Amino acid sequence: MDLLRFSTAGSVDDGKSTLIGRLLYDTKSIFQDQLDAVEEASTRRGEGYVNLALLTDGLRAEREQNITIDVAYRYFATPKRKFIIADTPGHVQYTRNMVTGASTAELAIVLIDARNGVLTQSKRHGFIASLLGIPHILVAVNKMDLVDWSEERYDEIVREYTDFAAKLGVEDMTFIPISALLGDNVVDESENMPWYHGSTLLHHLEHVNVGAHRNLVDFRFPVQYVIRPDQDYRGYAGRVSSGTIRPGEEIMVLPSGKRTTVASVDTHGGPVDEAVAGDSVAIATTEELDISRGDMIVRPLNLPMVESEVDATICWTADEPMEPGKQYWLRQTTREVKAFISRLVYRIDVDTLHRETVDSFQLNDIGRVQIQTALPVFFDRYEMNRETGGFILVDPHSNNTVAAGMIRGAVRSAEDLATQLQEDAEAPQTTSPDVVWEGWNVPLPQREARNKHKAAVVWFTGLSGSGKTSIARGVERELFGGGLQTMLLDGDQVRHGLNGDLGFSPEDRTENIRRVGEVAALFFRQANVVLCTFISPFQADRDAARALVPKGRFFEVFVDTPLEECEKRDTKGLYARARKGEIAHMTGISSPYETPGNAEIHVETTGQTLEESVAAVVGALRAAGIGSLEAQ
Amino acid sequence: MREVAAQFERPVLLFSGGKDSILMVHLAKKAFAPARIPFTLVHVDTGHNFAETLEFRDRLVEETQVQLHVGSVQESIDSGRQKEEPGPNPSRNRLQIMVLLEALADVKADAALGGGRRDEEKARAKERFFSHRDRFGQWDPKNQRPELWNIFNGRKAMGEHFRVFPLSNWTEMDVWQYIQAENVDIPSLYFAHTRNVVERDGVLLAESDVNDLLPGEEWSEMVVRFRTIGDASCTGATVSGAASLDDIIAEVAASRVTERGGRHDDKHSEAAMEDRKKQGYF
Repeated sequence: MDLLRFSTAGSVDDGKSTLIGRLLYDTKSIFQDQLDAVEEASTRRGEGYVNLALLTDGLRAEREQNITIDVAYRYFATPKRKFIIADTPGHVQYTRNMVTGASTAELAIVLIDARNGVLTQSKRHGFIASLLGIPHILVAVNKMDLVDWSEERYDEIVREYTDFAAKLGVEDMTFIPISALLGDNVVDESENMPWYHGSTLLHHLEHVNVGAHRNLVDFRFPVQYVIRPDQDYRGYAGRVSSGTIRPGEEIMVLPSGKRTTVASVDTHGGPVDEAVAGDSVAIATTEELDISRGDMIVRPLNLPMVESEVDATICWTADEPMEPGKQYWLRQTTREVKAFISRLVYRIDVDTLHRETVDSFQLNDIGRVQIQTALPVFFDRYEMNRETGGFILVDPHSNNTVAAGMIRGAVRSAEDLATQLQEDAEAPQTTSPDVVWEGWNVPLPQREARNKHKAAVVWFTGLSGSGKTSIARGVERELFGGGLQTMLLDGDQVRHGLNGDLGFSPEDRTENIRRVGEVAALFFRQANVVLCTFISPFQADRDAARALVPKGRFFEVFVDTPLEECEKRDTKGLYARARKGEIAHMTGISSPYETPGNAEIHVETTGQTLEESVAAVVGALRAAGIGSLEAQ
Repeated sequence: MREVAAQFERPVLLFSGGKDSILMVHLAKKAFAPARIPFTLVHVDTGHNFAETLEFRDRLVEETQVQLHVGSVQESIDSGRQKEEPGPNPSRNRLQIMVLLEALADVKADAALGGGRRDEEKARAKERFFSHRDRFGQWDPKNQRPELWNIFNGRKAMGEHFRVFPLSNWTEMDVWQYIQAENVDIPSLYFAHTRNVVERDGVLLAESDVNDLLPGEEWSEMVVRFRTIGDASCTGATVSGAASLDDIIAEVAASRVTERGGRHDDKHSEAAMEDRKKQGYF
């Protein structure tokens, strides 16, 4: 029989425990003695009805406070499926429990109290579910009995949550109006909501497609334990994380990179013909290799990433804050390596999804970091493979699990790349094959020599309507007129072509800037003075673009015009529309702008003519030596 | 189980004689075949065992050639380290705690595998697979390590140990179905048989050396079986004619009382289980 693991979360009074109690009760998964105990407790507490929530609120402290404080697991079965519920609390402090509960779930139930509508709690849970790669989200709009079974109210909530969830990229989202207290649409169809024609909550749980996300392609076998009863047999025991393996197939062992073939795939019952994802087996090899716990067996033509610096999203789960640079243990599959956080890219405010620059992470913080490991780790991107893409960080002193992480990829370390470019750019012009990076046919210094000036990226940032484009156009005409090779990249222009597929959510904005940064770096390589005009509201994104070119060649120009002034000008009529609610993510109105902290050039447009602003920028660039080849 | 063998130096498997711990031994056999089970079995003998349990234990030890270490509650009482609960029906649950901790110290165990399941009792629903115990064997339910994906953190300081519950996500039904599917041998106590019992506080207690009748009570002969097997002084029998695994599975499916509903000791107070766990009970 298949098994569905799902997580539940909701605010304190959304009725989550009642819903679970209802599911257990209506599927007859509650035993008489448990029910007796609950009835007795309800009476003692002076409640007039059988409080189904008492079935699930496990620990005494939470029974006293009437809130769930940890992850509790519940089990029930119907003739169609077995279910494991990871029940997690919804209040602010317990993001870490939600992450824990969601880590093994295939479906998440997000509860919304129909009276209160979409609160940050429900958003947070949706966000965490999407972050942990849960493919199915079921939004249960509860307490419909308290809003007179109103279809209008339900539609309103569905609209609001759908708008929010559009940013998350969830594969499958279903809404169901219910009353956990009375049982409507939980197990039995509601007679009170004839306008609803979808399935009941249990029906959905029984029929949602599971297992489709199992990765049967990429064979990954982390070695867990070596079984060695005598000199004649040595089996590498573990569970197949993904893919399949058969006797006779060629394998490669990481980190050594040595190849051999599978002699047999063994189990207690004897050798088998094939092992697939999820099977616990022991693999014996034809040649004796030195293989131990923490190694990974893979196929030579399908390798995971092998890196010692990873880009990851982490959730901080410990009371003590993160110490950047401190050594932690990183555990991923069966491997454990020393690691430290080499860079905090940003923290995400889980309620607004905004990104913030911080120096450290506290309990329940979620954000993006770069982690340097002492030895390479073998991984896949978390979204491709939950088994090999997830990891934890362990504090070496307290031994606590301090963070849960999901690998996004290898770090094409921004700094490393900048350094490499710098070395490349500064390479002596005498022909020395060893210092010319093979990728570039004509090195930058030769191009610059022909152009007779240095290349640079000049990055104009500021609010919409602040005057970025007007100033940049003026600057370009001035420089081009002065004999410099220039190129102008403008926000509206790239969004018509290159980035026509992107919207204005924080993720899309980041992607927009990432692509533009790369394009700018390419024009830079061609020895242009590249002028870029993008609102680029996030410091982290601007810093990423900066890191793509050598130090001293990136000029951030902060076009500083107060919001009131921009809104007064409103050259494109955008502010007016945003104020009317027609534009969802208007920087300065409904989306943040992070003021540059390290801009090379600061232009305050107030009280200045356009010509004066242009002259200020050109003057600063010339002063930095961009107009000539002389070093400054 | 392999994870425990890999992460710890001297792991043990706690053996109660009940079906869950028998199943654990079976799983351990499977996990390490063709090698021997790399754990010592630790049995806390309350002195209130059913005779069948001990016979079964010794047979299993011989068959699997596993090491056995027995901690005795009776010895602990005789040596004056602990006192029997007063009253007519003493439960040795509280006494067991100290003996268990001593036994773990004797074999220098750094991890103890148990057959606990989350579906047994509300407090257990929050238990981790790898559950950290401090120097005094105590559990802190409010400060548990988060357990993500299948990554288990067994790091600990000197003197601390772990309790590990591989069956956490199994239900009573899963256990029975697995016993049937794998044809695991279990003690005859689980099947219907005739014996003398007395009903006390809704629990059927079996006639034995350790259960004395209270005034006004008398033994009656009934066809019963046990759903859990522990201390004979507090494990209640169920009236049942289930003589085969098929019967038992049908009975479990139709059952309206939890397994622990037959345990006299949990009824002491609403949070009885949680209190005992904090002190180090399994």
